[in-house]
Amino acid sequence: MNYIHSTAFTDAIRVRGLTKSFGATRVLAGVDLTVPTGSLLALLGPNGSGKTTTVRILTTLLAPDGGTATVGGNDVTREGVAVRRMIGLTSQQATVDDLLTGRENLELFAGLYHLGRRRARQRAAELLERFDLAGAANRRVGTYSGGMRRRLDLAASMVSEPRILFLDEPTTGLDPRSRAELWSVIRELLASGTTILLTTQYLEEADRLADRVVVIDGGRVVADDSPAALKRQVGAERLVLHLSRAEDAPRARAALGVPAQETALAHGVTSPHEITLALRGPEHLRCALNALRRAGIGVEHVELRTPTLDDVFFELTAAAA
Amino acid sequence: MTGVLTAAGDLRRLVVRDLRREVRMLDGLIVNTALPVIIMVLFVYVFGGAITTGSSGLAYLDFVVPAVLLMSGGYGAALTAVNIADDMTDGMIDRFRTLPIGGWVVPAGHVVASVLRNVAACGFALLAAVVLGFRPDAGPAEWALTLALLIGYVLAMSALAVLWGLLVRSTQAAGAFGFVVLFLPYLSDGVVPAETMPGVLRDFASNQPITPIVATLRALLLDRPMGSSGVAATLWLVGVVVVSTPAAAWLFRRRTSA
Ligand SMILES: Nc1ncnc2c1ncn2[C@@H]1O[C@H](COP(=O)(O)OP(=O)(O)OP(=O)(O)O)[C@@H](O)[C@H]1O
Ligand SMILES: [Mg+2]
Repeated sequence: MNYIHSTAFTDAIRVRGLTKSFGATRVLAGVDLTVPTGSLLALLGPNGSGKTTTVRILTTLLAPDGGTATVGGNDVTREGVAVRRMIGLTSQQATVDDLLTGRENLELFAGLYHLGRRRARQRAAELLERFDLAGAANRRVGTYSGGMRRRLDLAASMVSEPRILFLDEPTTGLDPRSRAELWSVIRELLASGTTILLTTQYLEEADRLADRVVVIDGGRVVADDSPAALKRQVGAERLVLHLSRAEDAPRARAALGVPAQETALAHGVTSPHEITLALRGPEHLRCALNALRRAGIGVEHVELRTPTLDDVFFELTAAAA
Repeated sequence: MTGVLTAAGDLRRLVVRDLRREVRMLDGLIVNTALPVIIMVLFVYVFGGAITTGSSGLAYLDFVVPAVLLMSGGYGAALTAVNIADDMTDGMIDRFRTLPIGGWVVPAGHVVASVLRNVAACGFALLAAVVLGFRPDAGPAEWALTLALLIGYVLAMSALAVLWGLLVRSTQAAGAFGFVVLFLPYLSDGVVPAETMPGVLRDFASNQPITPIVATLRALLLDRPMGSSGVAATLWLVGVVVVSTPAAAWLFRRRTSA
């Protein structure tokens, strides 16, 4: 009945000016974020941007150097025990025992939460059912697929019915089907009132699940907005034009009015044949192709793709400049 | 009181986990069951004929049984270093740390499971010895003391192993401790009489802990005079446990503090 109390806090997670360095490396340089109770915040950032570090601090596994962070109204450094009691964590690295079966894993964790033998067994069975693992319950986790292991990991974080859940890149390395399955599980948790902080490298994932997206880069928040607003800022689809001849690229850019570095930034590996631009509707596509034809520039093929994290960073840093 | 009971329950759960893991890892099972028997057979049949037991006047089988018991229990105990290093490096420790359990339960679980497994391994070695013709001459009190001594030895090696595993933080390096513990009895009076060794080796063999432990086991199992070896063995084992346990606990807390 404790949590009736904690719902009185409108913000389940509140972080202000969080800093952390490892030796001389500054990993977090003052992170602010707020997650209202019952909502999902996506922490979006590339490799090494400080996502895991933030999650580890919020789950009391790591002490911050500076700033404050409260989870469920409790300070993560001074009231770690209280914080642990209300959270669940699914680490980036799987944290289930490969040599135990799915059921044994969940019963072990339920036991360590002191649920009592009967209740522990019941809870494990419930979770196996809910996460679609009942059929594999008595198989060793070592034989599970990546998606099953992720689901078990998530189930293990749910053993104590936490009100606040941290998911560190829960879908990295999953195939599209497993990813979609995990998304629907996350939506269910959200519907049942759980507050979720999820980290991801995929803009699409943040867009589909989050009420709010915080983009971090180099340990700094570079954007904090709703997915819709962020998408508006980043633009919709990207149009990639593959030119017949690389020498035409400068002329093509001039004809289309695209700044030179956009292509390089927008694609990790840029081919000199490629030009990428943010597409503003079908009319824009027609105009772009017409402009190239007028300039006598041949186009091998065209490609439409959704914006990537790279595009977000380009837009955000371009906006700041 | 309920706190103690809760902690005991947590410890039991982690011990069960460890034993399950051990049974399911083929190498773990071999180390604890087949290896003791193999070592015993190897020593008695392959080396036995070539080694004289010097002034002890013992048959080689009788002479070597205590050392083989220590190898049988010690090797598996030393591999506790691998178990703890696994937990520390594969992320499992993060899961345990977010649970409402005392942090010490994790290494303690590994140590208790190690004692159970490896004292059983000593039992297998002893059975093999009996099949090969070993006839111990010990009453209930001697058997109880033998068991206590083997538990003490396995406990001491497991505690050292936890310390080592926490220190090196890599599964491969953790495994190296097994060889140290497996070979220590060779450099004692347990396999070859120390009196037949060259100078420096003899000095080492006469002063290292395995020698009084072996002598104590011989005294208990073969009804021979104990001398001061019982006291020396006890002091060594208590010393190792008393030093390595707090050191391991401190290091574990350091490795897992926020
Ligand atoms: N214990 C540590 N010691 C030293 N450096 C560390 C430590 N943990 C993290 N770092 C460094 O901090 C930076 C941020 O790491 P972090 O794991 O938070 O990034 P991330 O956003 O989670 O990245 P990824 O997407 O790869 O998971 C990295 O440069 C990493 O090398
Ligand atoms: Mg990470």
